[in-house]
Amino acid sequence: MSDWLDFVQKGDPAPEWPYPIRYEVHNEDSADVLILGGGIAGCHAAINAAKKGAKVIVVDTGAVIRSGSSGTGVDHWQLACTNPCCKISPEEMTDAVIENLGQWECGIKRYIQCRESYDALMDCEEMGVQVRDVEDEFKGAEFRDEKTKLMFAYDYENRYTVRVCGAKMKPALHKALKKLGVKIYNRVMATSLLTEGGRQGARVVGATGLNVRTGEFHIFRGKATILAMSIPTRLWVFNMELRGLGNTNFDPNLAGAGYAMAWDAGAEFSMLEASTLNPGGFMYTPYGVGNPHNTWYACTMVDANGKEIPWVDRDGRVLETVSERYRPAPGQKFFLLGGGVSASEWSLKIPHPIFHKTRSPNLTPDLPERIRKGEFILPLYADLPGMPEHERRAIFGLMVGNEGNTRVPVYDLYTQAGFDPDKDMLQAPVWPPEAYNIPIFSVPPPPPLWRDVGFCSGGGLVIDWDLRTTLEGLYAAGMQVLGGSDHSTAAATGRYAGRKAAEYARTARDPVVDLNQVRTEKARVYAPVKRKDGIGWKELHAGIARIMQLYCGETKQDSTLKMGLQWFRDIRESEASNAYARNPHELMRTLDCFTRLTAGEMIMHASLARKASSFWLNFTRLDYPEADPEEWNRFVTVRLQDGDVRVGDLPFNYWLLPPNAPTYEENYARHCGL
Amino acid sequence: MNKKVYMIPNPFVPGRVVVIDPDLCNGCNACVEVCAPQVIMPTPGKKNPPVLLYPDECWFCGACVMHCTSPGSITLEHPLNQRVGWKRKETGEYFRIGMQNPPPPNTKPPIG
Repeated sequence: MSDWLDFVQKGDPAPEWPYPIRYEVHNEDSADVLILGGGIAGCHAAINAAKKGAKVIVVDTGAVIRSGSSGTGVDHWQLACTNPCCKISPEEMTDAVIENLGQWECGIKRYIQCRESYDALMDCEEMGVQVRDVEDEFKGAEFRDEKTKLMFAYDYENRYTVRVCGAKMKPALHKALKKLGVKIYNRVMATSLLTEGGRQGARVVGATGLNVRTGEFHIFRGKATILAMSIPTRLWVFNMELRGLGNTNFDPNLAGAGYAMAWDAGAEFSMLEASTLNPGGFMYTPYGVGNPHNTWYACTMVDANGKEIPWVDRDGRVLETVSERYRPAPGQKFFLLGGGVSASEWSLKIPHPIFHKTRSPNLTPDLPERIRKGEFILPLYADLPGMPEHERRAIFGLMVGNEGNTRVPVYDLYTQAGFDPDKDMLQAPVWPPEAYNIPIFSVPPPPPLWRDVGFCSGGGLVIDWDLRTTLEGLYAAGMQVLGGSDHSTAAATGRYAGRKAAEYARTARDPVVDLNQVRTEKARVYAPVKRKDGIGWKELHAGIARIMQLYCGETKQDSTLKMGLQWFRDIRESEASNAYARNPHELMRTLDCFTRLTAGEMIMHASLARKASSFWLNFTRLDYPEADPEEWNRFVTVRLQDGDVRVGDLPFNYWLLPPNAPTYEENYARHCGL
Repeated sequence: MNKKVYMIPNPFVPGRVVVIDPDLCNGCNACVEVCAPQVIMPTPGKKNPPVLLYPDECWFCGACVMHCTSPGSITLEHPLNQRVGWKRKETGEYFRIGMQNPPPPNTKPPIG
């Protein structure tokens, strides 16, 4: 009996909630460093704060052992520029990534990734994660370094991305947390930040939480707090029919509560107006179809008759060998590839001369045209059997076997069904020809109104060289920080923020919680369980998504953005004030909807503040159609002060301008805490 | 044919998402403990298999399968709209996830 409906059909009553219900019961705890979110960033933060001697608490809505977007694995470690084989310096790589994103990226975050993500990887190896070819299965492969046995992906010349067998990454991190005595609160969602005197903009002194099994309430005091939660997800798209909540690349628990909490506390954000397209449930299982992208890079693709699709370098030169797909073009120093650093060209869909510098080899860009002419017949297939043995095994055995959400859903399920990469060619979906310009073949052309927050280079908390936000006591790591993120960014910034928060906590005053603030939060959190009727979370979620699509969608303008804000204000006072929850799970999802209301408002405020369109932010204003005029080449910031939105700005490269030092290296040396 | 028919809601989501074999399941609830969105919930009684309470919230991560202490008793299942096909290069045969009479399983393990 595995289906809930079976209970009813058997004649049993619906089973009682499996956990004791303890609404409004108080729990209090305190730490030197309080970490909200136990994903990759949160775990590395916890380990490094604990190593500095801090008493650490980690709070996670799921269970740390598998929670977060990398919960079930990782297959490649990006921008590990300090590994012994890498030919690109952290400074050069940081500049290249920022340039490739048109300057719309956070240099502090990227530099920390380039500078210490390899150290974070070495930490993981110490915890038992396999990061080398210890079995010598790839001896002699082009991508293996014979001395260190490290294996690389993408650019085999420059070796900045390490292939890792990370399917057991989270269990290893979880074990390390336990060993260091970190106190873990699983199944507790953080609901708000507590500030000194309950004042907006004051020092952060802790957080409140809700147990999503029992409904009990938590008050956490922290001398320092690290936000290691996520960007808002499913803000424009709510669709469970096709693949459940697997319609983004993110853990379904990620609603963006870290954003909403920090906003309410008065922290400053930037680049929130950036967004990207999202096909929702129309997508296929990531890396589960024939494709030549990321984890599958650079798999040979053939058409229905077995005819090979040519690969070309950035200059359009046809590449004759498989080996050349992993090498820069003549005259090109290195190419960029991998989540978060290279996909802007694909997500923006408009060729921009800047992309040329670090563009990777790819399938020939005239493929759509040649499909239309009948030169290539659909469907396309990933010709794994046609790949050299080491490459085939690296793609399917190593990367698909270890990437998040691919070990079981792709490797295990497909091989159990008889798929054999030595013999079989995996089919790509039959999309309109233009879709094949973007090598992520699991994703069809999305409906224009369906969006998601910026992924490659999205909005987030403004931070300084200590990874401190604009609020005293509040640090940030991973996706919470301004700019793009991936697994290794999360690990590196978590590692750094853990040290910095522990350092601050050593001399920080004891946190004093404002009881009024707690009382107000408690009333907000439990209101939905006091109602039996009204609006359910699904209706609320879909309604919020609709407002985002209409008023903050593909095209924006002052008048309709203001209407969107009006709708949200009104929904808060009517439908949302009438939302019900029948158990702690529904309460969690209802609170997620409240979070989305705030996140949506934040994005609308940021969108109103930018009176210009932007190619790079995928941001189109009907009333200000000119894209990226010179005077708008700056970060727009937004924050709340005394309940009012304050708009500001920051220059590109603010991290290299006074009072900061003029170079990455000097700033890092000054602040890194090593 | 004389089985009772009940008034019950439609299936929550297309597909079964996660399938638990009650004969193999030992009721340890390891899957419950790792499932981030609480798709799988414990049921009353010791050693009873858990129940799929919120299958519509599954994101197909496979953590439940990874942590199963009685392997084979829990399986992830892609809904039909997610099932893909492949072609055997030598023979041109076409196979797909979910087909009748599939080829024998490929037992080669992944790396790591």
